[in-house]
Amino acid sequence: MTTRTLRIALLTSTLLAGAAQAQDVTLTIESWRNDDLTIWQDTIIPAFEAQNPGIKVVFAPSAPAEYNAVLNSKLDAGSAGDLITCRPFDASLELYNKGKLADLTSLAAMANFSPVAKSAWQTDDGAATFCVPMASVIHGFIYNADAFAQLGIEVPKTEAEFFAALDKIKADGTYIPMAMGTNDQWEAATMGYNNIGPNYWKGEEGRLALIKGEQKLTDPQWVAPFTQLAKWKDYLGDGFEAQTYPDSQNLFTLGRAAIYPAGSWEISGFNAQAQFKMGAFPPPVAAAGDTCYISDHTDIALGLNAASPNADQAKVFLEWVGSPEFATLYANALPGFFSLNSTPVEMADPLAQEFVSWRDKCQSTIRSTYQILSRGTPNLENETWNASANVIKGTETPEAAAERLQAGLASWFAPQQ
Amino acid sequence: MSGRRQIRWHIAVFLAPAVLVYTAIMIVPLFGTLNLSLFNQTPERTTEFVGLSNFRTLFGDPRWSGAFWNALGNNAWFFVVHMLVQNPIGILLAALLSSPRLRMAAFYRTAIFIPTILSFVIVGFVWKLILSPIWGIAPGMLDVVGLKSLFAPWLGKEDYALTALALVSVWQFVGIPMMLIYAALLSIPDEVLEAAEMDGITGMSQFWKIKLPLILPSIGIISILTFVGNFNAFDLIYVAQGALAGPDFSTDILGTFLYRTFFGFQLQLGDPHMGATIATAMFGIILIGVCIYLFGIQTRLRRYQF
Amino acid sequence: MAQARISAGRSIAAHAVLITYTLIALFPVFVILINSFKSRKAIFAEPLALPTRETFDLIGYTTVLKQGDFFGYFQNSMIVTVASLFFVLLFGAMAAFALSEYRFRGNLLTGLYLALGIMIPIRLGTVAILELMVASGLVNTLMALILVYTAQGLPLAVFILSEFMKQVSDDLKNAGRVDGLSEYTIFFRLVLPLVRPAMATVAVFTMIPIWNDLWFPLILAPAESVKTITLGSQVFIGQFVTNWNAVLAALSLAILPVLVLYLIFSRQLIRGITAGAVK
Repeated sequence: MTTRTLRIALLTSTLLAGAAQAQDVTLTIESWRNDDLTIWQDTIIPAFEAQNPGIKVVFAPSAPAEYNAVLNSKLDAGSAGDLITCRPFDASLELYNKGKLADLTSLAAMANFSPVAKSAWQTDDGAATFCVPMASVIHGFIYNADAFAQLGIEVPKTEAEFFAALDKIKADGTYIPMAMGTNDQWEAATMGYNNIGPNYWKGEEGRLALIKGEQKLTDPQWVAPFTQLAKWKDYLGDGFEAQTYPDSQNLFTLGRAAIYPAGSWEISGFNAQAQFKMGAFPPPVAAAGDTCYISDHTDIALGLNAASPNADQAKVFLEWVGSPEFATLYANALPGFFSLNSTPVEMADPLAQEFVSWRDKCQSTIRSTYQILSRGTPNLENETWNASANVIKGTETPEAAAERLQAGLASWFAPQQ
Repeated sequence: MSGRRQIRWHIAVFLAPAVLVYTAIMIVPLFGTLNLSLFNQTPERTTEFVGLSNFRTLFGDPRWSGAFWNALGNNAWFFVVHMLVQNPIGILLAALLSSPRLRMAAFYRTAIFIPTILSFVIVGFVWKLILSPIWGIAPGMLDVVGLKSLFAPWLGKEDYALTALALVSVWQFVGIPMMLIYAALLSIPDEVLEAAEMDGITGMSQFWKIKLPLILPSIGIISILTFVGNFNAFDLIYVAQGALAGPDFSTDILGTFLYRTFFGFQLQLGDPHMGATIATAMFGIILIGVCIYLFGIQTRLRRYQF
Repeated sequence: MAQARISAGRSIAAHAVLITYTLIALFPVFVILINSFKSRKAIFAEPLALPTRETFDLIGYTTVLKQGDFFGYFQNSMIVTVASLFFVLLFGAMAAFALSEYRFRGNLLTGLYLALGIMIPIRLGTVAILELMVASGLVNTLMALILVYTAQGLPLAVFILSEFMKQVSDDLKNAGRVDGLSEYTIFFRLVLPLVRPAMATVAVFTMIPIWNDLWFPLILAPAESVKTITLGSQVFIGQFVTNWNAVLAALSLAILPVLVLYLIFSRQLIRGITAGAVK
């Protein structure tokens, strides 16, 4: 029995390989977006294949948590797919430096992207770009509009209004004021610290000053977001310490919580599951009239495996990914992933429109920990997860957390020493 | 006896398949990896031999050594919980199951072993659901017996998370000691037990005086398997708490620490050299444990075997 | 009379303990199964209630079954597990016999060498193993998994089996030799049947981690046609994190085949384990 199955297994693999060589070229995409599998299979890939006979595309995602480890192993051994979904900044830069990702600077479609859009997938000097930008995600808060109407709450614009609204929801008792847990840690950092933080460190200004070593994480503008987070504790649900990310999502979409600190990627899932009206507001500012800053984070791009035997066909696909056509398709199939293409994209989803409208009235920045600062050990981003969760739980004071992060960063990052 | 001088080919034939497969697929890759601990990457992306300097970093740099000792301490506690809870429960269940004329023994045996066949993915997910403060199975059940106040979000509290996960692991694996002890108890010859009964040794005292000494070798094997299994553990913590082993690294064991370092996590890039250093340290710890068992304990246990 | 009452009391106590533990063991599985048949609202509202006519909902199953070839995944897992188990038991028993039966130079060393593998997680060798599989063209075949699992299972198999083989009586083997049996016949005809209980133990120990492994299928054989059921269900859980109907249905579908398989084989397993006890 074993020999037979072996023979079948070997036979199928040769058949598959043989078929691929005979005429059609099959391109495989490595990705961590397993949520999007159906959208790629049903919408995006058919659109491409219809225009490009002879090229077949397979979307082969793995779970986000394992993606980096799996991808690196496959690249090292030479079994990775032709197209590689790129994490922003250092993870992909490292792959490029090791020669795993091909240089795509000469791709015609690169002209469709602004320097800011490309910055997450370039060498430090900006000379080479190695991934085609696909989308960014915007942070903010999604709220249950029915609940707000029922309790007579206006959408908060300032910190004071924000906490007044939370107090009101809490006093009423029908809803958990805010749906967030610390079990998975990254929510605290991503939807907490990096969501509200840019208003305090003034977006790009603070972020770049940190990289140059002109500001420290112990400066007031960097401690302030932690001080805010420490206040959130009272508004989270019972047992938030063990609440996971899916728990939070379910709490909100089941209508049990009023406010959800969000990333725009939640939109399509929430649309499908929530049976109430939703709205969104940007992180509240300290005082009315202050300039607002939002985290508009370049999150996802597509690169070419330098060892791909189908580089020519893969480039055809990448040119298409860089086209306005793809941008419209992608942004509408996945509302909340905002196109980085310079050509404006029409989006049908109202919640997505709300998020993207903040780009006009607020200053955009990216997550503070992503560029350059998470290159060493200890890793600033991972430390920030831990620190943000601790601060929300109250097991570490904002000052102590900031001090720990600063000490860790200074231990390897020369401009901070 | 004349065969002594000839080459006994059958020994080679018996050994060859195992040694070949094992060497090619396991030992060569593993030692290739452990070897990495003696090297480092230079800024020019070449590797250079650095001797034991990675070990100096691991044990000397407070950032690394702090994480390492934390993981080792957690791992030791994880092991202690298994030894104190899993193995006694396993022995108790096996002793009950092996009592003669017990009805439905087959049903119990089958049912209690079921958690062991489930994958970590399922176990981690199920227990997170049950212990979830939101979903409310655990708090709801405590409420029924009037103990709601005892409920805490255990998996999110630094003081409880590791113990809670160790107990989940015990839940999953208690079937293994149970089965092994059960087999050992059944293999005790009837004559021995009859002789004991003639002397008036029955029930509990028969278990303590006659059976327990006879199953000690099996308990020894179980202990060492538990030790090796626990110090290689990774999946349950990873599935339940992620690679950062929260809250605040209180559930970080050597396996998760190694994974994070070797393969990287999120923005943290994998460091094969430090990863291999941790792996070598783990290997050393397990080797010491196994040697203590083989030379210190097993030789003494052997006396009781028939 | 008094004797009978004591033993009755004792047996009630024994049943009480065993029933309690059985409930603890089965409860989580029960929770998953009943909730997989309920609507989303009902899952959250009353997680412990049985599905009723109003709350009964198969939406989770239809979502999951539309998405993947669970039967195919199951078949792959079966092939990999059975084949690896066969090789581990055969090669392991052969090596264990050589180590426990014959005195030769390097015996102890070979034994220690084979035991090394118990102590390091094979996951560490991932990159080198993957390179090997790429070089031999075995990536995305079940053969790659079978080879890795065979290597992974051998150390423990040799370790446990040689313990047991030392206990097989020498008289029997020597009698066989006097009768002119070859060493191979002695091994296959005389010794193997006697260590059946140990083989069953090893089989259990080897089978569980193979069936449940996520890592190597992910790295060595992620293609749709060779996906194992553990990898398949993990992909679902990842894909439907918030869609609990689908998650619970996927979990149930992953549990069910193992459960059925286990129920079918558990009798053989127990018979195997206890065979040595038949005096």
